[in-house]
Amino acid sequence: MTNTLAYHQAASRSAWEIDAVFLFITVVSLFFFILVEGLLIYFAVRYRRRRAEEAHATSDVRSNFVLETVWVIIPSIVVIAFFVYGYVVYRDVTTPSPGASDIHVVAQQFLFNFKYPDGRTGINELRVPVGKPVKLIMTSRDVIHGFFVPAYRLKQDILPGRYTYLYLQPDKEGAYDVYCAEYCGGGHSTMRAKLIVMPPGEYANWVAGAAAEAAVPLADRGKALVEKFGCLGCHTVDGSPKVGPSLKGLFGRQGTLEDGRTVTADEEYIKESLYDPGAKIVKGFPNVMPTFKGTVSPDDVTAVIAYIKTLK
Amino acid sequence: MGTSEPKAVSGANPGEHAAHASPAVTYEAAKLGIWTFIATEVLLFGGLFTTYIVFRTKFPHMFHADYVHLNRVLGAVNTVVLICSSLTVALGIAAIRKGKQGMLRLCLVLTILLAAGFLVIKYFEWTEKFAHGLYPGTDVFFSLYFMMTGLHGLHVLAGMLVLGAVLVLAGQGRFSESYHTPVEISGLYWHFVDLVWIYLFPLFYLIG
Amino acid sequence: MKDTTADGVALTVSGDAHPRGYLEEKGFWSWVYTLDHKRIGLLYLYTTLFFFLLGGIFALLIRIKLLYPGQQIFSDHMYNVLFTLHGSVMIFLFIIPAIPSGLGNFFIPLLIGARDVAFPRINLASYWVFVAGILVILASLVRPMDTGWTFYTPYSAKTAADVTLLSFGIFLVGMSSILTGLNFLVTIHKLRAPGMTWHRFPLFIWGMYATSIIQVVATPVVGITFLLLAMERLFGVGFFDPAKGGDPVLFQHFFWFYSHPVVYVMILPAMGIISEVIPVFSRKPIFGYRAIAYSSLAIAFIGFLVWGHHMFVSGMSKTANIIFSFLTFFVAVPTAIKVFNWIATMYKGSITFESPMLYALTFIFLFTFGGLTGMFLGALATNVHAHDTYFVVAHFHYTMMGGTMMGLLAGLHYWWPKMTGRMLSEKLARAGWLLTFIGFNVTFLTQFFLGYGGMPRRWAEYPAQFQPLNIVSTAGSWILAAGILIMFVNFIRGLYTGEPAPASPWKGLTLEWQVPSPPPTENFEEIPHITNWPYGYTKRKTDGYE
Repeated sequence: MTNTLAYHQAASRSAWEIDAVFLFITVVSLFFFILVEGLLIYFAVRYRRRRAEEAHATSDVRSNFVLETVWVIIPSIVVIAFFVYGYVVYRDVTTPSPGASDIHVVAQQFLFNFKYPDGRTGINELRVPVGKPVKLIMTSRDVIHGFFVPAYRLKQDILPGRYTYLYLQPDKEGAYDVYCAEYCGGGHSTMRAKLIVMPPGEYANWVAGAAAEAAVPLADRGKALVEKFGCLGCHTVDGSPKVGPSLKGLFGRQGTLEDGRTVTADEEYIKESLYDPGAKIVKGFPNVMPTFKGTVSPDDVTAVIAYIKTLK
Repeated sequence: MGTSEPKAVSGANPGEHAAHASPAVTYEAAKLGIWTFIATEVLLFGGLFTTYIVFRTKFPHMFHADYVHLNRVLGAVNTVVLICSSLTVALGIAAIRKGKQGMLRLCLVLTILLAAGFLVIKYFEWTEKFAHGLYPGTDVFFSLYFMMTGLHGLHVLAGMLVLGAVLVLAGQGRFSESYHTPVEISGLYWHFVDLVWIYLFPLFYLIG
Repeated sequence: MKDTTADGVALTVSGDAHPRGYLEEKGFWSWVYTLDHKRIGLLYLYTTLFFFLLGGIFALLIRIKLLYPGQQIFSDHMYNVLFTLHGSVMIFLFIIPAIPSGLGNFFIPLLIGARDVAFPRINLASYWVFVAGILVILASLVRPMDTGWTFYTPYSAKTAADVTLLSFGIFLVGMSSILTGLNFLVTIHKLRAPGMTWHRFPLFIWGMYATSIIQVVATPVVGITFLLLAMERLFGVGFFDPAKGGDPVLFQHFFWFYSHPVVYVMILPAMGIISEVIPVFSRKPIFGYRAIAYSSLAIAFIGFLVWGHHMFVSGMSKTANIIFSFLTFFVAVPTAIKVFNWIATMYKGSITFESPMLYALTFIFLFTFGGLTGMFLGALATNVHAHDTYFVVAHFHYTMMGGTMMGLLAGLHYWWPKMTGRMLSEKLARAGWLLTFIGFNVTFLTQFFLGYGGMPRRWAEYPAQFQPLNIVSTAGSWILAAGILIMFVNFIRGLYTGEPAPASPWKGLTLEWQVPSPPPTENFEEIPHITNWPYGYTKRKTDGYE
């Protein structure tokens, strides 16, 4: 038991916070459990029938308004406390840390692909420098997967056709297990990766070594794709509008749509604009863009997004 | 309902294997039963209506572009056909309440014929879609169209079978002024089937 | 009631007239065509108990595979098939129908003073639709399913297993469930004996009433969901396929909109049984009758609003997560009320510990534990870690097996003499209980530690550090199996050589104890007139509750 629990020792702020919630609920629940079971056992012993014949005067009490009100109110307060504490910590661990570096995760049966901002890629091995927060931008090629880091107490499903996010706070050096937590088929249980948190110096050395081998940086590949698919026919990269809005400064920009809604151009929006261009047309532009569904793979979308992010 | 007193149950005939001896209780039980059943049917279709709402919100353009492929004339004709069948069922119930057995039989025959007419028209509509290469799976709009009209069509078919069975019983002279529960029950079900179409027609054929 | 004192009950019974009661008629066809709710109830009970044993064998095989961390014993695919079969069989063919369709069918008419359910033919049809569903499900085993009982898309839309056939099978089983629920609703509303007001109902009826509402309202939604899944595989309709613009999370919403409320279909009838057993063996009126009755309805209602708590890490919006987490906690309140009331019922009682009471107390013990571990899963922060790990597996086994299964066993031991006319061996019942209790805790308590330690569920292979606890858990499963085996030996022994049962072996006051064991076909020679509630166990005034 001890070695099972010790294996995934808390190794991140998120883990310490979540363990604290766990401890709080454990202590309070254990108190009520002992109270309830204690009474159960006490009554069972104290009021057991001693003689063979039936007792002639068991109490005829049938209800007690005060008592019943009390045991509606107390559990209500306790569960609200559980909810609030659970919510506060949840908000904390799902809020992006400033300055997080984006790493793309593409899951497939039965492995994780990692793509770093500078174009390096890795399979089933995610290396990050200690102390620098990370934002995982995740999508799947086939079925639903899950990204579970037990030592961080964090988990997020990875969906095909959509992006989901997970924020890591690598506070301690070490190698940590990453498991697929959502059943994804025959090899589900062997879909495991490593999260390797390295000292900054070592990380820099590794980057230098790995970058030399790396092919083209992700953003450069995105640039090539944007040229290849003819996007520049309608979208400029210098900020001037053409048939469609310019790509310059697009990422993170807020825009008003035809129907008056406002949206922020994030990963999800850009992907949607490529796959279903008519869904969210920016006010003042015609709905003429063709869909790139089927021509642009999820990997390519990732590269295009990385490229658009560089156009500041 | 929480405090209502139970209806008096006659327990006078223990030899008969019937849970509820009095016809009044039988009638009330049947009524409550069919309403509960209709509630489950509403939830069955509710799942599909929810799917419709989800995808209509997600792809308004697709719905706008696709609905023009549907044949509004045939849809309108079918709406009229079903409304007429609801009318004939209602007339049938009114008739048997006054004990007019012949009128009941006539109304049931008309209803079944109208229902068959509806399905025939639906058949032509679907064949036309297939001829133009529009299948379930073509896109979400047509998937929804075929799923929802298909499931509704199955309900029309089931309704025809039920009404057919009632017609057979009517032919044997089982119903009278005082006893016509199956007629009313199947009539209620038939109104429900019509009502679903009254929603399907505008959702697919009219709003784009 | 002719005589409401416990001792007087037996005197009113004309036991010799029908010594075999409703079991008098013999032969295969007398069961196939029977319209008697008691016989249909027994058919359901035997069928579901058979599938309980089958599902149990799958569970034992799962545990054997998990003795080793690697590819030992049998293949990963085989393991995936086994846990899918275990989940599907236990949920769809055992735990959902067992108490409602089995014990419910048998006892609802008896407890409200009716001769049968409202629609006996629909009742029989529902059983045979159930059997048809089972046959279709068995047919799908040619290419056995490996999706988990949750059938998440897009995997379930892509796998080579025969999910289409299976979907139709579950659709049929669902139809049977709807028909049963509908029948019970109408029966409870329309066929009560004179004087049987809502507040004179035995609490089992309140539990079954709430259950029937859920069955009728939630089951059609899973019906349409499985229909959509089948259509997805047959025609590629694309509602759940992101490549066609669909949304796999939509499937999860549909699935849990049914599958969460349905856990209350499993637990509410069990809670009803506990509410019957505790007062009888404590010789005390039930404490807080109205609170227990209304909390069943409250649980049924809140149960419809919390399905999203199965999806906190699915990629649903944060706002939705927060709302679902908040609502989820409020299921705990009516549940806690029931537990407090049961314990208060024992206060100053005159308690005996025959096997039904042992199982009922075990229910309270294990279910409270299961319920409290649910707090960790309702709270967002801890859910993120515990979701899809063995923590969840342990939690729902404590509520479903420690709860519903113990409730069912309490009910079986309590009503066995009534159903079969024969007593069970108390010695075997206690031996079975002890082994089950120990085995259950050894098997599943360890899984909380495995889960919080990070072992994901549905894993055929696992890192070696999880092995020691898995071995303990597997050993526990063998003790548990031994307990269940003794119990079934007792059931079978009881059927053939059990002592003839008196009409009221536990001296209960509800209506079923006032007819002979086993009851005659028409239940009552004369429909009783009810003048008070059924919990007047003190030998004092037993006037109405109001």
